[in-house]
Amino acid sequence: MLKIENLHVRYGNIEALHGISLYVDDGEFVALLGANGAGKSTTLMSIMRLFPPEAPIVKSGTITYKGNDLIPVQPHLVVAKHGIGLVPEGRRIFGNLTVYENLKIATYARKDFNRISNDYEKVFSLFPKLADRKNQRGDTLSGGEQQMLAMGRAFMCGAKFILLDEPSMGLAPLLMQDLFKVLKELNETGTTIFVVEQNAHIALKYAGRAYVMETGNIVMEGSAAELAHNEEIRKAYLG
Amino acid sequence: MPGTAFHYHKLFLNDGLITSGAYKLTLEMFFQNFLNALQWGSFYALIALGYTLVYGVLLLINFAHGDIFMVGAYIGFFIASFFLGSYAFHLPFALSGNVIFVFTVIITMVLTAGVGVTIERVAYRPLRKKGAGRLYVVITALMCGLVLENGNLALLGASRKSFPDLIEKSIYTIGGVTFTNIKILVIVTTILVFLFLEAIVRKTKIGMAMRAISYDRVAVLLMGIPLDIVIVFTFILGSSLAALAGILFVTAYPVLEPYMGAMVGWKAFIAAVVGGIGEIRGAFVGGFILGFIEIYVAAVFPSTLRDLIAFAILLLLLSLKPTGIFGIARAQKI
Repeated sequence: MLKIENLHVRYGNIEALHGISLYVDDGEFVALLGANGAGKSTTLMSIMRLFPPEAPIVKSGTITYKGNDLIPVQPHLVVAKHGIGLVPEGRRIFGNLTVYENLKIATYARKDFNRISNDYEKVFSLFPKLADRKNQRGDTLSGGEQQMLAMGRAFMCGAKFILLDEPSMGLAPLLMQDLFKVLKELNETGTTIFVVEQNAHIALKYAGRAYVMETGNIVMEGSAAELAHNEEIRKAYLG
Repeated sequence: MPGTAFHYHKLFLNDGLITSGAYKLTLEMFFQNFLNALQWGSFYALIALGYTLVYGVLLLINFAHGDIFMVGAYIGFFIASFFLGSYAFHLPFALSGNVIFVFTVIITMVLTAGVGVTIERVAYRPLRKKGAGRLYVVITALMCGLVLENGNLALLGASRKSFPDLIEKSIYTIGGVTFTNIKILVIVTTILVFLFLEAIVRKTKIGMAMRAISYDRVAVLLMGIPLDIVIVFTFILGSSLAALAGILFVTAYPVLEPYMGAMVGWKAFIAAVVGGIGEIRGAFVGGFILGFIEIYVAAVFPSTLRDLIAFAILLLLLSLKPTGIFGIARAQKI
Protein backbone atom coordinates (compact mmCIF):
# COMPACT_ATOMS: atom_id res chain seq x y z
CA MET A 1 0.00 0.00 0.00
CA LEU A 2 1.00 3.59 -0.59
CA LYS A 3 1.23 5.64 2.55
CA ILE A 4 1.93 9.34 2.88
CA GLU A 5 2.39 10.76 6.36
CA ASN A 6 2.57 14.37 7.40
CA LEU A 7 4.13 15.41 4.08
CA HIS A 8 5.39 18.97 3.72
CA VAL A 9 6.82 19.97 0.33
CA ARG A 10 8.00 23.25 -1.16
CA TYR A 11 8.63 24.86 -4.53
CA GLY A 12 11.52 27.20 -3.90
CA ASN A 13 10.61 28.83 -0.60
CA ILE A 14 6.91 28.41 -0.97
CA GLU A 15 5.34 25.54 0.88
CA ALA A 16 2.82 23.75 -1.32
CA LEU A 17 1.68 20.88 0.89
CA HIS A 18 1.22 21.55 4.59
CA GLY A 19 1.49 18.12 6.13
CA ILE A 20 -0.88 15.86 4.25
CA SER A 21 -1.50 12.22 5.14
CA LEU A 22 -3.24 9.65 2.99
CA TYR A 23 -3.08 6.01 2.03
CA VAL A 24 -4.12 3.86 -0.90
CA ASP A 25 -4.49 0.12 -0.28
CA ASP A 26 -3.58 -2.45 -2.91
CA GLY A 27 -6.49 -2.98 -5.28
CA GLU A 28 -8.30 0.23 -4.31
CA PHE A 29 -9.71 2.91 -6.61
CA VAL A 30 -9.16 6.22 -4.80
CA ALA A 31 -9.88 9.75 -5.99
CA LEU A 32 -8.22 12.99 -4.90
CA LEU A 33 -10.55 15.93 -5.44
CA GLY A 34 -10.13 19.64 -5.17
CA ALA A 35 -10.07 22.95 -7.01
CA ASN A 36 -7.26 24.28 -9.16
CA GLY A 37 -4.12 24.92 -7.13
CA ALA A 38 -5.20 22.81 -4.17
CA GLY A 39 -2.04 20.69 -4.41
CA LYS A 40 -3.40 17.59 -6.13
CA SER A 41 -0.83 17.45 -8.93
CA THR A 42 1.88 18.38 -6.45
CA THR A 43 0.96 15.30 -4.46
CA LEU A 44 1.31 13.06 -7.52
CA MET A 45 4.60 14.67 -8.56
CA SER A 46 5.93 14.12 -5.05
CA ILE A 47 5.05 10.44 -5.19
CA MET A 48 6.79 10.04 -8.57
CA ARG A 49 9.95 11.70 -7.14
CA LEU A 50 10.38 13.95 -10.17
CA PHE A 51 12.90 16.80 -9.91
CA PRO A 52 12.30 20.54 -9.71
CA PRO A 53 11.02 22.53 -11.53
CA GLU A 54 8.45 19.84 -12.39
CA ALA A 55 8.10 18.61 -8.86
CA PRO A 56 8.53 20.06 -5.38
CA ILE A 57 11.20 19.33 -2.79
CA VAL A 58 10.19 17.30 0.25
CA LYS A 59 10.73 19.24 3.47
CA SER A 60 9.51 16.61 5.90
CA GLY A 61 7.20 13.66 6.19
CA THR A 62 7.28 10.21 4.62
CA ILE A 63 6.16 8.51 1.42
CA THR A 64 6.28 4.73 1.54
CA TYR A 65 5.12 2.08 -0.88
CA LYS A 66 4.83 -1.52 0.28
CA GLY A 67 6.98 -0.57 3.23
CA ASN A 68 9.80 0.97 1.14
CA ASP A 69 10.78 4.60 1.57
CA LEU A 70 10.23 6.29 -1.80
CA ILE A 71 11.80 9.64 -0.97
CA PRO A 72 15.41 8.79 -1.94
CA VAL A 73 14.34 6.79 -5.03
CA GLN A 74 15.17 8.12 -8.50
CA PRO A 75 12.11 8.83 -10.66
CA HIS A 76 12.78 6.19 -13.30
CA LEU A 77 13.11 3.59 -10.55
CA VAL A 78 9.79 4.56 -9.00
CA VAL A 79 8.38 3.24 -12.27
CA ALA A 80 10.83 0.49 -13.18
CA LYS A 81 11.47 -0.98 -9.74
CA HIS A 82 8.42 -0.10 -7.66
CA GLY A 83 5.84 -0.41 -10.42
CA ILE A 84 4.10 2.93 -9.94
CA GLY A 85 3.02 4.61 -13.17
CA LEU A 86 1.79 8.14 -13.79
CA VAL A 87 -0.55 9.34 -16.50
CA PRO A 88 0.51 12.97 -16.39
CA GLU A 89 -1.56 16.08 -16.77
CA GLY A 90 -1.76 17.02 -20.44
CA ARG A 91 -0.97 13.38 -21.38
CA ARG A 92 2.61 14.14 -22.49
CA ILE A 93 2.68 11.43 -25.11
CA PHE A 94 5.61 11.41 -27.54
CA GLY A 95 4.25 13.18 -30.60
CA ASN A 96 7.27 12.27 -32.72
CA LEU A 97 6.82 8.54 -32.09
CA THR A 98 4.11 6.31 -33.47
CA VAL A 99 1.37 4.93 -31.24
CA TYR A 100 3.07 1.55 -31.21
CA GLU A 101 6.44 3.10 -30.40
CA ASN A 102 4.86 5.04 -27.54
CA LEU A 103 3.72 1.75 -26.06
CA LYS A 104 6.95 -0.08 -26.83
CA ILE A 105 9.16 2.54 -25.21
CA ALA A 106 7.18 2.05 -22.00
CA THR A 107 8.46 -1.53 -21.81
CA TYR A 108 12.09 -0.28 -21.76
CA ALA A 109 12.92 -1.46 -18.26
CA ARG A 110 10.74 -4.57 -18.15
CA LYS A 111 12.27 -7.99 -17.78
CA ASP A 112 9.08 -10.08 -17.84
CA PHE A 113 9.21 -10.48 -21.62
CA ASN A 114 6.60 -13.22 -21.81
CA ARG A 115 3.96 -10.95 -20.33
CA ILE A 116 4.66 -7.97 -22.56
CA SER A 117 2.84 -9.38 -25.59
CA ASN A 118 -0.22 -10.12 -23.44
CA ASP A 119 -0.14 -6.56 -22.21
CA TYR A 120 -0.12 -5.20 -25.77
CA GLU A 121 -3.20 -7.31 -26.47
CA LYS A 122 -4.89 -6.04 -23.35
CA VAL A 123 -4.20 -2.40 -24.24
CA PHE A 124 -5.48 -2.89 -27.78
CA SER A 125 -8.61 -4.65 -26.54
CA LEU A 126 -9.29 -1.92 -23.97
CA PHE A 127 -8.66 0.77 -26.60
CA PRO A 128 -9.44 -0.64 -30.06
CA LYS A 129 -8.90 2.84 -31.52
CA LEU A 130 -5.22 2.63 -30.62
CA ALA A 131 -4.92 -0.60 -32.59
CA ASP A 132 -6.40 1.16 -35.62
CA ARG A 133 -3.91 3.98 -35.29
CA LYS A 134 -0.92 1.84 -34.37
CA ASN A 135 1.43 3.28 -36.98
CA GLN A 136 0.28 6.87 -36.77
CA ARG A 137 2.41 9.53 -35.11
CA GLY A 138 1.28 10.42 -31.60
CA ASP A 139 0.72 14.08 -32.43
CA THR A 140 -1.92 13.19 -35.02
CA LEU A 141 -4.23 11.71 -32.37
CA SER A 142 -7.26 13.51 -30.95
CA GLY A 143 -7.26 14.53 -27.29
CA GLY A 144 -9.30 11.51 -26.28
CA GLU A 145 -7.05 9.11 -28.18
CA GLN A 146 -4.00 10.72 -26.62
CA GLN A 147 -5.49 10.13 -23.20
CA MET A 148 -6.07 6.49 -24.10
CA LEU A 149 -2.47 6.22 -25.29
CA ALA A 150 -1.17 7.82 -22.09
CA MET A 151 -3.16 5.29 -20.06
CA GLY A 152 -2.04 2.41 -22.25
CA ARG A 153 1.55 3.56 -21.87
CA ALA A 154 1.34 3.61 -18.07
CA PHE A 155 -0.06 0.10 -18.20
CA MET A 156 2.72 -1.07 -20.55
CA CYS A 157 5.28 0.10 -17.99
CA GLY A 158 4.14 -2.91 -16.03
CA ALA A 159 2.77 -0.64 -13.31
CA LYS A 160 0.54 -2.31 -10.76
CA PHE A 161 -0.33 1.07 -9.32
CA ILE A 162 -1.40 3.83 -11.70
CA LEU A 163 -1.71 7.49 -10.77
CA LEU A 164 -3.72 9.72 -13.09
CA ASP A 165 -3.63 13.49 -13.20
CA GLU A 166 -6.90 15.01 -14.45
CA PRO A 167 -7.66 12.35 -17.06
CA SER A 168 -11.02 13.91 -17.92
CA MET A 169 -9.59 17.33 -18.74
CA GLY A 170 -10.71 18.63 -22.11
CA LEU A 171 -12.74 15.55 -23.00
CA ALA A 172 -16.38 15.28 -24.04
CA PRO A 173 -18.62 13.86 -21.27
CA LEU A 174 -19.29 10.61 -23.13
CA LEU A 175 -15.59 9.99 -23.64
CA MET A 176 -14.93 10.71 -19.97
CA GLN A 177 -17.38 7.98 -19.00
CA ASP A 178 -15.68 5.55 -21.37
CA LEU A 179 -12.26 6.29 -19.92
CA PHE A 180 -13.44 5.86 -16.35
CA LYS A 181 -15.10 2.58 -17.33
CA VAL A 182 -11.73 1.39 -18.60
CA LEU A 183 -10.12 2.51 -15.34
CA LYS A 184 -12.73 0.54 -13.45
CA GLU A 185 -12.00 -2.49 -15.59
CA LEU A 186 -8.27 -2.15 -14.98
CA ASN A 187 -8.97 -1.81 -11.28
CA GLU A 188 -11.10 -4.94 -11.24
CA THR A 189 -8.31 -6.91 -12.92
CA GLY A 190 -5.83 -6.01 -10.21
CA THR A 191 -4.45 -2.53 -10.88
CA THR A 192 -4.59 -0.03 -8.04
CA ILE A 193 -5.88 3.37 -9.21
CA PHE A 194 -5.29 6.77 -7.65
CA VAL A 195 -6.90 9.54 -9.66
CA VAL A 196 -6.70 13.29 -9.28
CA GLU A 197 -9.81 15.02 -10.58
CA GLN A 198 -11.53 18.38 -10.65
CA ASN A 199 -14.61 16.68 -11.96
CA ALA A 200 -15.88 15.30 -8.66
CA HIS A 201 -19.03 13.98 -10.27
CA ILE A 202 -17.36 11.38 -12.40
CA ALA A 203 -14.61 10.57 -9.92
CA LEU A 204 -17.06 9.83 -7.10
CA LYS A 205 -19.14 7.67 -9.42
CA TYR A 206 -16.28 5.25 -10.08
CA ALA A 207 -13.95 5.52 -7.08
CA GLY A 208 -14.40 3.58 -3.87
CA ARG A 209 -12.87 6.20 -1.61
CA ALA A 210 -11.87 9.84 -1.97
CA TYR A 211 -9.91 12.68 -0.38
CA VAL A 212 -10.69 16.36 -0.78
CA MET A 213 -7.85 18.92 -0.85
CA GLU A 214 -7.87 22.65 -0.29
CA THR A 215 -4.80 24.90 -0.42
CA GLY A 216 -2.28 22.23 0.42
CA ASN A 217 -4.30 20.41 3.05
CA ILE A 218 -6.57 17.41 3.03
CA VAL A 219 -9.85 18.69 4.39
CA MET A 220 -12.10 15.68 4.03
CA GLU A 221 -11.96 11.98 3.38
CA GLY A 222 -14.39 9.10 3.19
CA SER A 223 -16.07 6.59 0.97
CA ALA A 224 -17.15 7.92 -2.41
CA ALA A 225 -20.81 7.33 -1.60
CA GLU A 226 -20.49 9.24 1.65
CA LEU A 227 -18.78 12.21 0.01
CA ALA A 228 -21.22 12.27 -2.88
CA HIS A 229 -24.00 12.91 -0.37
CA ASN A 230 -22.08 15.37 1.77
CA GLU A 231 -23.73 18.82 1.70
CA GLU A 232 -20.46 20.79 1.55
CA ILE A 233 -19.08 18.68 -1.29
CA ARG A 234 -22.31 18.98 -3.20
CA LYS A 235 -22.20 22.75 -2.89
CA ALA A 236 -18.52 23.18 -3.65
CA TYR A 237 -17.81 20.54 -6.28
CA LEU A 238 -20.97 18.96 -7.58
CA GLY A 239 -22.98 22.11 -8.25
CA MET B 1 40.53 29.85 -37.39
CA PRO B 2 40.61 31.48 -40.82
CA GLY B 3 44.16 30.16 -41.02
CA THR B 4 42.96 26.64 -40.64
CA ALA B 5 40.48 27.13 -43.41
CA PHE B 6 43.30 28.06 -45.68
CA HIS B 7 45.23 25.07 -44.54
CA TYR B 8 42.53 22.63 -45.55
CA HIS B 9 41.99 24.44 -48.68
CA LYS B 10 45.58 23.77 -49.60
CA LEU B 11 45.38 20.19 -48.53
CA PHE B 12 42.36 19.78 -50.61
CA LEU B 13 44.08 21.16 -53.68
CA ASN B 14 47.12 19.01 -53.00
CA ASP B 15 44.91 16.06 -53.55
CA GLY B 16 45.97 16.65 -57.12
CA LEU B 17 42.59 15.81 -58.47
CA ILE B 18 41.33 19.30 -58.92
CA THR B 19 43.44 22.06 -60.29
CA SER B 20 41.82 25.40 -60.32
CA GLY B 21 42.75 27.51 -63.28
CA ALA B 22 42.59 25.30 -66.29
CA TYR B 23 39.29 23.63 -65.65
CA LYS B 24 37.56 21.89 -68.43
CA LEU B 25 34.00 21.15 -67.60
CA THR B 26 33.91 17.84 -69.26
CA LEU B 27 31.78 14.91 -68.24
CA GLU B 28 34.86 13.28 -66.74
CA MET B 29 35.51 16.35 -64.66
CA PHE B 30 31.94 16.20 -63.48
CA PHE B 31 32.20 12.61 -62.31
CA GLN B 32 35.65 13.17 -60.90
CA ASN B 33 34.30 16.00 -58.79
CA PHE B 34 31.27 13.95 -57.91
CA LEU B 35 33.48 11.34 -56.25
CA ASN B 36 35.58 13.99 -54.56
CA ALA B 37 32.45 15.65 -53.27
CA LEU B 38 31.16 12.36 -51.91
CA GLN B 39 34.38 11.87 -49.99
CA TRP B 40 34.56 15.45 -48.75
CA GLY B 41 30.89 15.36 -47.80
CA SER B 42 31.46 12.07 -45.95
CA PHE B 43 33.76 13.78 -43.46
CA TYR B 44 31.21 16.51 -42.83
CA ALA B 45 28.40 13.97 -42.57
CA LEU B 46 30.20 11.79 -40.04
CA ILE B 47 30.97 14.77 -37.81
CA ALA B 48 27.55 16.34 -38.33
CA LEU B 49 25.95 13.10 -37.10
CA GLY B 50 27.61 13.62 -33.72
CA TYR B 51 26.30 17.18 -33.44
CA THR B 52 22.83 16.12 -34.38
CA LEU B 53 22.69 13.10 -32.05
CA VAL B 54 23.64 15.15 -29.01
CA TYR B 55 21.36 18.00 -30.02
CA GLY B 56 18.49 15.59 -30.56
CA VAL B 57 18.82 14.28 -27.03
CA LEU B 58 19.94 17.26 -24.96
CA LEU B 59 19.06 20.24 -27.17
CA LEU B 60 22.71 21.08 -26.59
CA ILE B 61 25.01 22.29 -29.34
CA ASN B 62 28.10 20.38 -28.38
CA PHE B 63 30.73 22.79 -29.63
CA ALA B 64 33.48 20.53 -28.33
CA HIS B 65 32.56 17.97 -30.97
CA GLY B 66 34.90 19.30 -33.69
CA ASP B 67 37.75 18.95 -31.23
CA ILE B 68 36.66 15.42 -30.37
CA PHE B 69 37.28 14.75 -34.06
CA MET B 70 40.79 16.16 -33.59
CA VAL B 71 41.33 14.09 -30.44
CA GLY B 72 40.19 11.02 -32.36
CA ALA B 73 42.72 11.68 -35.11
CA TYR B 74 45.52 12.07 -32.55
CA ILE B 75 44.57 8.98 -30.58
CA GLY B 76 44.48 7.12 -33.87
CA PHE B 77 47.94 8.47 -34.69
CA PHE B 78 49.37 7.20 -31.40
CA ILE B 79 47.69 3.81 -31.65
CA ALA B 80 48.88 3.34 -35.21
CA SER B 81 52.43 4.40 -34.28
CA PHE B 82 52.31 2.01 -31.36
CA PHE B 83 51.38 -0.91 -33.60
CA LEU B 84 54.05 0.11 -36.08
CA GLY B 85 56.63 -0.16 -33.33
CA SER B 86 57.53 3.51 -32.99
CA TYR B 87 57.55 3.41 -29.18
CA ALA B 88 60.26 0.93 -28.29
CA PHE B 89 57.62 -1.72 -28.25
CA HIS B 90 57.53 -4.33 -30.92
CA LEU B 91 54.83 -6.84 -31.48
CA PRO B 92 56.22 -10.37 -31.58
CA PHE B 93 54.64 -10.79 -34.98
CA ALA B 94 54.24 -8.50 -37.93
CA LEU B 95 50.79 -7.20 -38.76
CA SER B 96 49.83 -6.00 -42.18
CA GLY B 97 48.89 -2.35 -42.61
CA ASN B 98 45.25 -3.20 -43.18
CA VAL B 99 45.03 -5.18 -39.96
CA ILE B 100 46.69 -2.36 -38.03
CA PHE B 101 44.21 0.03 -39.59
CA VAL B 102 41.26 -2.01 -38.38
CA PHE B 103 42.68 -2.31 -34.85
CA THR B 104 43.50 1.39 -34.83
CA VAL B 105 39.96 2.28 -35.83
CA ILE B 106 38.37 0.07 -33.18
CA ILE B 107 40.65 1.06 -30.30
CA THR B 108 40.49 4.73 -31.23
CA MET B 109 36.70 4.70 -31.36
CA VAL B 110 36.55 3.14 -27.90
CA LEU B 111 39.06 5.55 -26.37
CA THR B 112 37.53 8.62 -27.99
CA ALA B 113 34.09 7.55 -26.82
CA GLY B 114 35.65 7.58 -23.35
CA VAL B 115 36.79 11.16 -23.89
CA GLY B 116 33.31 12.20 -25.00
CA VAL B 117 31.66 10.49 -22.05
CA THR B 118 34.19 12.07 -19.67
CA ILE B 119 33.35 15.54 -20.98
CA GLU B 120 29.67 14.81 -20.48
CA ARG B 121 30.37 13.55 -16.97
CA VAL B 122 32.58 16.38 -15.73
CA ALA B 123 31.23 19.32 -17.71
CA TYR B 124 27.65 18.90 -18.89
CA ARG B 125 26.06 16.62 -16.33
CA PRO B 126 26.76 18.79 -13.26
CA LEU B 127 25.17 21.75 -15.07
CA ARG B 128 22.18 19.66 -16.07
CA LYS B 129 21.67 18.44 -12.51
CA LYS B 130 21.71 22.01 -11.27
CA GLY B 131 19.16 23.00 -13.88
CA ALA B 132 21.48 25.51 -15.60
CA GLY B 133 20.13 27.35 -18.64
CA ARG B 134 21.09 26.23 -22.11
CA LEU B 135 23.33 29.23 -22.71
CA TYR B 136 25.65 28.17 -19.89
CA VAL B 137 25.90 24.64 -21.21
CA VAL B 138 26.73 25.85 -24.73
CA ILE B 139 29.45 28.13 -23.36
CA THR B 140 30.78 25.21 -21.35
CA ALA B 141 30.91 23.16 -24.55
CA LEU B 142 32.85 25.91 -26.32
CA MET B 143 35.30 26.03 -23.44
CA CYS B 144 35.72 22.26 -23.44
CA GLY B 145 36.67 22.50 -27.12
CA LEU B 146 39.23 25.21 -26.38
CA VAL B 147 40.66 23.16 -23.51
CA LEU B 148 41.08 20.17 -25.82
CA GLU B 149 42.78 22.27 -28.50
CA ASN B 150 45.10 24.08 -26.15
CA GLY B 151 45.68 21.01 -24.02
CA ASN B 152 46.91 19.27 -27.12
CA LEU B 153 49.09 22.28 -27.95
CA ALA B 154 50.59 22.24 -24.47
CA LEU B 155 51.22 18.50 -24.45
CA LEU B 156 52.41 17.90 -27.97
CA GLY B 157 53.50 21.30 -29.19
CA ALA B 158 52.53 23.13 -32.34
CA SER B 159 54.43 20.93 -34.75
CA ARG B 160 52.35 18.94 -37.14
CA LYS B 161 52.36 15.20 -37.16
CA SER B 162 52.04 13.03 -40.17
CA PHE B 163 49.73 10.03 -40.07
CA PRO B 164 51.45 6.82 -41.21
CA ASP B 165 50.29 5.15 -44.42
CA LEU B 166 48.54 2.08 -43.09
CA ILE B 167 46.55 1.24 -46.16
CA GLU B 168 48.42 0.81 -49.36
CA LYS B 169 46.98 3.29 -51.79
CA SER B 170 45.66 1.84 -55.01
CA ILE B 171 44.57 4.13 -57.79
CA TYR B 172 41.93 3.05 -60.23
CA THR B 173 40.83 4.73 -63.41
CA ILE B 174 37.49 4.04 -64.99
CA GLY B 175 36.46 6.00 -68.05
CA GLY B 176 38.84 8.86 -67.29
CA VAL B 177 37.70 9.13 -63.65
CA THR B 178 40.45 8.47 -61.13
CA PHE B 179 39.80 7.30 -57.60
CA THR B 180 41.64 5.61 -54.77
CA ASN B 181 40.65 2.72 -52.55
CA ILE B 182 40.75 5.16 -49.63
CA LYS B 183 38.13 7.35 -51.24
CA ILE B 184 35.86 4.36 -51.72
CA LEU B 185 36.51 3.28 -48.13
CA VAL B 186 35.49 6.69 -46.79
CA ILE B 187 32.30 6.88 -48.83
CA VAL B 188 31.17 3.31 -48.16
CA THR B 189 31.92 3.61 -44.43
CA THR B 190 29.85 6.76 -44.18
CA ILE B 191 26.88 5.17 -45.90
CA LEU B 192 27.11 2.10 -43.64
CA VAL B 193 27.31 4.30 -40.55
CA PHE B 194 24.21 6.15 -41.68
CA LEU B 195 22.24 2.93 -42.18
CA PHE B 196 23.47 1.61 -38.83
CA LEU B 197 22.39 4.75 -36.98
CA GLU B 198 19.02 4.86 -38.69
CA ALA B 199 18.44 1.26 -37.61
CA ILE B 200 19.40 2.03 -34.01
CA VAL B 201 17.23 5.09 -33.78
CA ARG B 202 14.21 3.58 -35.56
CA LYS B 203 14.22 0.01 -34.30
CA THR B 204 15.76 -0.24 -30.84
CA LYS B 205 14.25 0.84 -27.55
CA ILE B 206 17.26 2.96 -26.65
CA GLY B 207 16.95 4.63 -30.06
CA MET B 208 13.29 5.36 -29.39
CA ALA B 209 14.27 6.75 -26.02
CA MET B 210 16.77 9.05 -27.78
CA ARG B 211 14.01 10.39 -30.00
CA ALA B 212 11.53 10.62 -27.14
CA ILE B 213 13.90 12.61 -24.92
CA SER B 214 14.01 15.46 -27.41
CA TYR B 215 10.23 15.62 -27.29
CA ASP B 216 9.59 15.34 -23.57
CA ARG B 217 12.35 14.58 -21.13
CA VAL B 218 10.14 14.22 -18.07
CA ALA B 219 7.77 11.81 -19.78
CA VAL B 220 10.80 9.63 -20.60
CA LEU B 221 11.53 9.30 -16.89
CA LEU B 222 7.90 8.31 -16.37
CA MET B 223 8.49 5.37 -18.73
CA GLY B 224 11.07 4.02 -16.29
CA ILE B 225 13.95 4.99 -18.55
CA PRO B 226 17.21 6.15 -16.92
CA LEU B 227 17.97 9.46 -18.67
CA ASP B 228 21.66 9.44 -17.86
CA ILE B 229 22.25 6.09 -19.52
CA VAL B 230 20.56 7.23 -22.71
CA ILE B 231 22.63 10.41 -22.67
CA VAL B 232 25.89 8.51 -22.14
CA PHE B 233 24.94 6.16 -24.97
CA THR B 234 24.41 9.18 -27.22
CA PHE B 235 27.83 10.59 -26.39
CA ILE B 236 29.42 7.18 -27.03
CA LEU B 237 27.83 7.06 -30.48
CA GLY B 238 28.69 10.65 -31.38
CA SER B 239 32.27 10.58 -30.12
CA SER B 240 33.15 7.24 -31.65
CA LEU B 241 31.84 8.46 -35.01
CA ALA B 242 33.96 11.60 -34.69
CA ALA B 243 36.95 9.33 -34.04
CA LEU B 244 36.10 7.30 -37.13
CA ALA B 245 35.88 10.52 -39.15
CA GLY B 246 39.21 11.66 -37.68
CA ILE B 247 41.05 8.50 -38.72
CA LEU B 248 39.49 8.43 -42.16
CA PHE B 249 40.36 12.10 -42.59
CA VAL B 250 44.03 11.69 -41.71
CA THR B 251 44.19 8.56 -43.82
CA ALA B 252 43.13 10.67 -46.78
CA TYR B 253 44.97 13.88 -45.75
CA PRO B 254 47.69 12.71 -43.39
CA VAL B 255 48.44 15.91 -41.47
CA LEU B 256 47.54 16.35 -37.79
CA GLU B 257 47.60 19.63 -35.91
CA PRO B 258 45.78 20.83 -32.78
CA TYR B 259 43.34 23.11 -34.61
CA MET B 260 42.37 20.64 -37.30
CA GLY B 261 38.95 20.10 -35.71
CA ALA B 262 37.95 23.72 -35.38
CA MET B 263 37.01 24.73 -38.90
CA VAL B 264 35.85 21.30 -39.99
CA GLY B 265 33.77 21.14 -36.81
CA TRP B 266 32.10 24.48 -37.46
CA LYS B 267 31.32 23.51 -41.01
CA ALA B 268 29.93 20.13 -39.99
CA PHE B 269 27.77 21.90 -37.42
CA ILE B 270 26.45 24.19 -40.13
CA ALA B 271 25.81 21.14 -42.30
CA ALA B 272 23.81 19.57 -39.46
CA VAL B 273 21.70 22.72 -39.10
CA VAL B 274 21.10 23.01 -42.84
CA GLY B 275 19.98 19.39 -42.90
CA GLY B 276 17.72 19.93 -39.90
CA ILE B 277 19.45 19.52 -36.56
CA GLY B 278 18.25 16.62 -34.48
CA GLU B 279 17.52 14.57 -37.59
CA ILE B 280 19.99 11.88 -38.60
CA ARG B 281 19.02 12.07 -42.26
CA GLY B 282 19.51 15.80 -41.99
CA ALA B 283 23.12 15.51 -40.82
CA PHE B 284 23.85 13.03 -43.55
CA VAL B 285 22.28 15.04 -46.35
CA GLY B 286 23.55 18.36 -44.97
CA GLY B 287 27.10 17.01 -44.87
CA PHE B 288 26.92 15.92 -48.46
CA ILE B 289 25.31 19.15 -49.61
CA LEU B 290 28.17 21.12 -48.07
CA GLY B 291 30.70 18.72 -49.60
CA PHE B 292 29.16 19.06 -53.03
CA ILE B 293 28.88 22.83 -52.90
CA GLU B 294 32.48 23.24 -51.79
CA ILE B 295 33.92 20.90 -54.39
CA TYR B 296 31.90 22.18 -57.32
CA VAL B 297 32.40 25.82 -56.39
CA ALA B 298 36.13 25.23 -56.24
CA ALA B 299 36.00 23.47 -59.59
CA VAL B 300 34.28 26.32 -61.36
CA PHE B 301 35.36 29.48 -59.55
CA PRO B 302 38.72 30.57 -58.21
CA SER B 303 39.08 28.55 -55.05
CA THR B 304 39.47 31.61 -52.85
CA LEU B 305 35.75 32.14 -53.42
CA ARG B 306 34.88 28.68 -52.20
CA ASP B 307 33.72 29.44 -48.66
CA LEU B 308 32.07 32.69 -49.67
CA ILE B 309 29.90 31.08 -52.29
CA ALA B 310 29.33 27.90 -50.29
CA PHE B 311 28.04 29.74 -47.26
CA ALA B 312 25.98 32.16 -49.33
CA ILE B 313 24.18 29.14 -50.77
CA LEU B 314 23.67 27.65 -47.31
CA LEU B 315 22.33 30.97 -46.04
CA LEU B 316 19.88 30.98 -48.87
CA LEU B 317 18.81 27.39 -48.09
CA LEU B 318 18.24 28.30 -44.46
CA SER B 319 16.26 31.43 -45.25
CA LEU B 320 14.02 29.32 -47.48
CA LYS B 321 13.60 26.65 -44.79
CA PRO B 322 14.78 27.88 -41.41
CA THR B 323 14.24 24.51 -39.73
CA GLY B 324 16.66 22.85 -42.15
CA ILE B 325 15.80 20.39 -44.86
CA PHE B 326 14.41 17.60 -42.67
CA GLY B 327 13.71 19.64 -39.56
CA ILE B 328 10.18 20.10 -38.31
CA ALA B 329 9.27 23.21 -36.40
CA ARG B 330 7.97 22.11 -33.05
CA ALA B 331 6.22 24.09 -30.43
CA GLN B 332 8.45 24.80 -27.47
CA LYS B 333 7.42 22.54 -24.63
CA ILE B 334 6.85 24.16 -21.29
